[in-house]
Parts: sequence; structure tokens; C-alpha cells
Amino acid sequence: MSFWLIQSLNSLALGGVLFTLAAGFSLIFGLMRIANLSHGAYFMLGAYVGLSVLDQGYGFGWAMLAGGLSVGALGAAVERLVLRRLAGKTLAQVLATLGIAFIIADASLWIWGGDPRPVSAPGFLRGAMQLFGLTFPAYRLAVLAMSIAIAIGLWLLLDKTRLGVMIRASVDDMQMARAIGIPASRLFTIVFCLGAALAGIGGVIAAPILSVYPGMDADMLPLALVVVILGGLGSLAGAFVGSFLIGFIYSFGQVLAPNLAYFILFLPMVVILAARPRGLFGRPMA
Amino acid sequence: MPLQRSSFARSAALLALLCLGVAHAADEPIRVGFLTVRSGALAAGGKQMEDALRLFLKERNDTIGGRKVELFVGDTAGQPAITKTRAQELIERNKVHVIIGPLAAFEALAIDDTIRSSETPTISPSAAAEDLTQRRPNPWFVRAVGTSAQPSHPMGEYAATTLKYKRIAIVADDFAFGHETVAGFQRAFEENGGKVVQKLWSPLNVADYGTYIGQIKPNVDAVYAVFAGGNGVKFLKQYGEYGLKGKIPLLAGMTTVDEGILKSMGDEALGVVSSGWYAATIDNPNNKRFAAAINRDYKQDPGYYSIGAYGAALMLEEAVKAVKGKVEDKAAFMAALRNVRVANDPRGNITLDALGNPVMDVYIRKVERQNGKLVNAIVKTYPAVSQFWTYNRKDFLANPVYSRDYPPAAHLEK
Repeated sequence: MSFWLIQSLNSLALGGVLFTLAAGFSLIFGLMRIANLSHGAYFMLGAYVGLSVLDQGYGFGWAMLAGGLSVGALGAAVERLVLRRLAGKTLAQVLATLGIAFIIADASLWIWGGDPRPVSAPGFLRGAMQLFGLTFPAYRLAVLAMSIAIAIGLWLLLDKTRLGVMIRASVDDMQMARAIGIPASRLFTIVFCLGAALAGIGGVIAAPILSVYPGMDADMLPLALVVVILGGLGSLAGAFVGSFLIGFIYSFGQVLAPNLAYFILFLPMVVILAARPRGLFGRPMA
Repeated sequence: MPLQRSSFARSAALLALLCLGVAHAADEPIRVGFLTVRSGALAAGGKQMEDALRLFLKERNDTIGGRKVELFVGDTAGQPAITKTRAQELIERNKVHVIIGPLAAFEALAIDDTIRSSETPTISPSAAAEDLTQRRPNPWFVRAVGTSAQPSHPMGEYAATTLKYKRIAIVADDFAFGHETVAGFQRAFEENGGKVVQKLWSPLNVADYGTYIGQIKPNVDAVYAVFAGGNGVKFLKQYGEYGLKGKIPLLAGMTTVDEGILKSMGDEALGVVSSGWYAATIDNPNNKRFAAAINRDYKQDPGYYSIGAYGAALMLEEAVKAVKGKVEDKAAFMAALRNVRVANDPRGNITLDALGNPVMDVYIRKVERQNGKLVNAIVKTYPAVSQFWTYNRKDFLANPVYSRDYPPAAHLEK
């Protein structure tokens, strides 16, 4: 009994981490139709920036803010200065994001060194808490709460604001959106910036669990891809459900079928690609 | 025809230089190739190796055995294919006399053929894969560090006989180093009356150890944890967060609490008992000098990678002295390297066995806080431990190499 409960909590916490990672990735893919291969690097960079802010003695909230703002600004710059010049050439854009990922990874190694750096959770969330007679790290529950808060915030943004309406319209039918006067190019910058900022914040949120280390970017990127393919491209609900689904499959899969540990993540992806290529919540491509 | 003339002049100059080179070989520096990792996930260990090697050269004013040393560094990025290219560059372009490196076992395997066919003496400062000096020895390859299981055999005995543990659960990185280390521990532990009741293998790049920690049987006497790179930092932190620290004692492999990452850890590491062929706290004059110098120049304690590179350089120095600086005689130089005896190594006396692997002391260490800093304090020394532990070499080599499933674990509980 306690085994199922603790692994379920683990799955939820991991799902929360994955959602902070995948939400921005999905958003960018939905609108711009490019797989942003620098997304893992943004995630790592956010974590490193957060780490530096924490080292300066500021609180965790400031670390999240700094991680989000700095990586968001970088994302906007990348979109304006690099991707914009390659407009229409999707493959070139994807390659450019891969190059940017390498640059960020090596720059981080240069600035923060090669040692893994643990990050402390905020003081009141440190250590274990008792829950139904179980011991469970308090911070993991906080991660779950934060990811749900982010999901609600994004949903409000996309569903209840003018900006959200424009983004959704462009995701559905870019040509029609342009025709009725939606400023698609400005939208690209905003969305790329927002997606990168989400990755940056996600990196800070995940850092107390994952710690920060060189190679974190490459470890995280495939997870984002798996979540987004499973959930459906460009769909917020898909990213949300996909994250928690993967969280459960990953945690329970590693326990129940340890010999499939490497493969277990990709199994649902293969099934989805074969049976329903647009993902659980994705709409067919226009 | 200016082009032709200049190229002729250049060739002539080159020829003259070559002749000079042959005539004055003894005045030429010893060219040492160093394969390390400066980029990617393994860069921290690569830097520690490079720091220690540079310290060694600085201490000797770039001179060993009366000859100047010229160092050529190749960055392998921790990738076997690049390692092979860099090794070929060092051998063919830089004409190095000896290679120190590479870092990872899979890199060492990738250049096995290259060093064999080019007959380049190679000293491994870090790669611990068992078969490199067991079932697949390379005549041009010796090791400055031990095999994966070399320190874990004594650890298994210590856990059973001194700590009196009966039942142990194991969590380890799912790759060759983890498999081999665990196999050695399990064999010695079970031969001394212990039982390994659970073995959990976590992928190297696992996102989160919560899943694995949640599975650990609550009724074991201790957990044996083997991790490389930064994984130990993550694991120990989460072991505390899940409330297991203080409840189930933690035993560890050498690299789980290596000095290179111990500095990134906090109180969660206190009390962890591990085994290794080095600790920054070893109490002898050579180590005191070495640890103080690394602390002075690089502001950290030396660990696995530092001692590996420094030890490799000391072996090189002894071998160069033994052949009176004539490293150009490859066969004689390699023979000297294989028979090397290092008396001034910070670890203590180092000799090589017939397969080119060190016989050296293995230390049981416990993480303590001394002067505000986490250190591996030494609680017991097993003198002159070989890669074959107490086993007969022939029998040992007749068995399959240590792996995930060998020796089989007979006491696993569902």
C-alpha cells in the first residue's frame, strides 16, 4: 500500500517537473512549427541563473523570477536575431536552435564549471514531511502545486485574453490569422520569449530535485519531446496530461519492469505515433 | 617561380631540422600526450586530472629524469569517436612518446587498437574497467588507478566482518563501472556471511532517484550505493529527503563520495562509509604536500581524478629515470613502465602486477566534518590490495568478467 502511494506521489512530482519543461516547448511548437532543440538548454540555463541568485542570498521567488526573465529575454533575442532571418525554413531553424543549445551548454560550463551543483529548496519546504504515515519530501508536493499554478496561469492566458485568442487563432490556421490582421511576426517573438521563460522558471523549480549539472540539457530535451508527442503538438491540455502520464509510466515502469528502464519512456511514444500520430489532444495538422 | 622556391626552402629547412633532431635526440623534450575532457558532462573530472598533472609539472619545473617535458593536450569531449581521433593526432602529428589518459573506460576501449598498433605506451589515470588489465590486457597499456572492484572487495569484507551487517540492499549506476564495483562487493560480502537481498540499477541519466529510494526494503541493515560523476550528489540529497538518512546506514563506492563532489554536498553525506585507494586525509608526508598544493593552487581537495593523473605522472617519472631518459627505445621504456615501483605516491607504495594494474593500499573511509569541511576520514587500511583480492589469479581470470548478473545474486528477495 505505502509502495503504491509513495510511487504515485513520485509520479505526480515528476509530472510537475515535466510540465514546467514541456509547456513552453509545446507552445512554441504549436505556433512556430519548429522543434526548439535549445529548450533543454534554456531549462538548464534557468536553473544555473537561479542557483547564482540563491548564492547571492536572495530568496527562491527571486531565483525563479531571475531565471524566467533572463532566459525569456534570451529567447526573445534568439527569435529576433536568429530564427527571424531563417523564416520559412523550418529545418534551418531547428538546426539553429540546436547550435544555440551547444553554445549555451559550453558557455554554462565555462561560467559555472563542470561540478554538479545541488540547489536547496526554500527553507520551509526542506526535508521530509509525514503524510498518511509516509515520509515524503515536502518540496516535491510544492513542485506539484507550482506546476498546477503554472498550468492554470497559462490556461487563463490562452483562453481569457486577447493575446491568447490571437495565439490560438494562429496555431489553428496561420494564413487565415494573418489575413484578418493578427500580427503574426510579433506573436512569434512573444511566444518564443514566453516559452523560453517557462523553461527558465521550470529549471529553477526542478533544480532542488534534479540539481544542476553539465549535460542536464541533453537529459531533459528528450523528455520534453516524449511528453509533447504523447500529449499532442501545441496543446496545453496535451502537455499537462502527457506530463503526468509520463510521470506515472516512468516511475512505475522503472519499478515494475526495471529491465525496460531505458525503453519504458519511448514505448508509449511509439504506440501513440503508430496509432494516433497527432497525440492524445492534438488536432490534425492543417 | 617564388612558390616553388619557397616550398623548396621550406623542405630543406625541414630536412635540416629533422637531421638536427636525430643528432640531438637527447636534448629534445619528452613529448607527453594527455587525453582529457574539457567539454561536456565529464568536464569536472577532466579538469581535476589536468590540474593535478599541471601541478606535477610545475613542481618539477617541466623536467623529469633530466629531460624537459612538452605536454600536448587533447580534449576528447568524453566521446569515444573523438577520443580515437585525438589519440591519432597525438601519435601521428605530435609524435608523443607516451599518452596519459583517457578519462572514461569506454574511451580507453576506443583507443585500444590505436595504441596497440602504434605501440604507444599509455598510462590510464582513471579508466577502471576490469578487463583492461585482466582478460584483455594490452601490452602497451598500464594503469595508475585500480579496477572497479579493487576497493569494493575489501568493502564487502568490512561490511560483513567489522560492521556485522547481514542484509544489504544495493542501488547503483546501470553501467559497467557500477556493475563491476557491485559485483566485487557482493562476492566478498556474501563469502563472509552477508546477504545481498535487493539490487536496484538506475540509468546513468535518471531524472530522479525518488522511484528507487522508494523501493528500498525497510528491513535491511544498510544500503550500498555506487554512483559516478554527479549522481552521488543527487542520490545522497534525496536519500535524506525521503527520511532514510539516520534510519538505514549508507555504504558507498569510492566515487559516490569522492572529494571532487564531496565539496558540493552537505550534512546528508555525514557518516557515509566508503572504500577507495585514496582519500585526501591520508596521513603521510607525500600526501600532505600533495593535498596542500592542490588546495593552494585550485582551492579544493584532491580526489579520484586528481590522484589518478598525479599517480600516472609519478609512474612516468620513475620509468623515465629507469631508462635514463631514453624514452625513444619503446620496448625498454614500456618494460620499465611495467616494472615501475613508486615510493613517493601520495597513496603509499605503488607496484604493478604482471598485467599492469597497481597493487596498493585500500582505505575504508567515513565522511566527517573537519574544520568546517567534509572529508573522507580513514577508519581502516587494507594494505597492498591487488585486483584479484585474496583470490587465485588463474581462477579469477577463468571466471567471466564481473557484470550485472555475475556473480549471480542468490539471496535476492521479491
